[in-house]
Amino acid sequence: MNTKFRVFLKGVFDVSPLMIPVVPFGLIFGVLSIDIGFSPIETMGMSLIIFGGASQIILLQLFSGGASSLVIISSVGAVNSRHLLYGAVVSEHLSELKLIWKIVISYFLIDQAFARSNEYFKKNNDKDKYFHLFGGGITCWVIWQTTTFLGIVLGAFIPEKLGLSFAVPLTFLALLVNDFRKLINVIVIIISGLVATFGFNYVPYKAYVIVAGVTALLTAAILTKLNKKNE
Amino acid sequence: MSNWLLIIYCGLITFLTRFSMIALLKKEMFNDRIREILSFVPSAIFPAIIFPAIFLDNSGDFQLENNPKIMAAIIAMLIGIISQNIIATIISGLASYWFLIFMV
Repeated sequence: MNTKFRVFLKGVFDVSPLMIPVVPFGLIFGVLSIDIGFSPIETMGMSLIIFGGASQIILLQLFSGGASSLVIISSVGAVNSRHLLYGAVVSEHLSELKLIWKIVISYFLIDQAFARSNEYFKKNNDKDKYFHLFGGGITCWVIWQTTTFLGIVLGAFIPEKLGLSFAVPLTFLALLVNDFRKLINVIVIIISGLVATFGFNYVPYKAYVIVAGVTALLTAAILTKLNKKNE
Repeated sequence: MSNWLLIIYCGLITFLTRFSMIALLKKEMFNDRIREILSFVPSAIFPAIIFPAIFLDNSGDFQLENNPKIMAAIIAMLIGIISQNIIATIISGLASYWFLIFMV
């Protein structure tokens, strides 16, 4: 078997267990998007063009709340800023790649694929290793597009009474489960939540996500600094 | 702005954050301190979506009494802390929400 294809398959295989939670995310996104009033084509367009669960759900949430485009776009930027964290780690493994491959890989670079491929890159140093990330990314892509489509179809049959919009805070809550055990994270979570809730009606342009995010991040900076002084 | 333009801009900014980390960033650009702070981004941003969706109603007013979302979110959080499992967290939250609105 061709090496590239074997590495690609390894990527598919490694990322697959992490795809289980992606299924409900995609379904919820499809259902909610139709519910809010986007057309099926626009909904598919979001999954194809943006291809990022948290970004797409923030878009829906702010759009339905009547936020301006500028606020929606900058909030999506704020959500994505967590990706910058990975930069230092992945870029050193991919620095030899041609620009076109960097562009392709960037499109497919989602949290789950990053997590698995980063482990693979640490252990393997062949020149085709980037196919691992490609395989993982494509796997997630197929699942995301399929579940978005199913969500669009199912959305027509799901009664509004079920209150499926509650699934949005639940999915984000689920993404934080690892952070509930760390004291500084818990404080940061509470600060962000309180600022957003109390600022919801008062922060202009529905920019409450950004204001809460910045306040909470500053809190994290101060607390981690104090924590070091005490050690 | 049309919906399509909005979608394209959101796609562009998402792509650019991913691309910049592959193409532009060098290891030296981030010291340990910045990395440490960036690791708090999910904890700093996600609650800004979670809290208003639970505590406020559709018109943005506080809804603290007769609000099954609060109890359901607390149950989901406890299950999440114990199980450390994303699916279990979502399902337990939805199941307790439905139990509270349909059965109680």
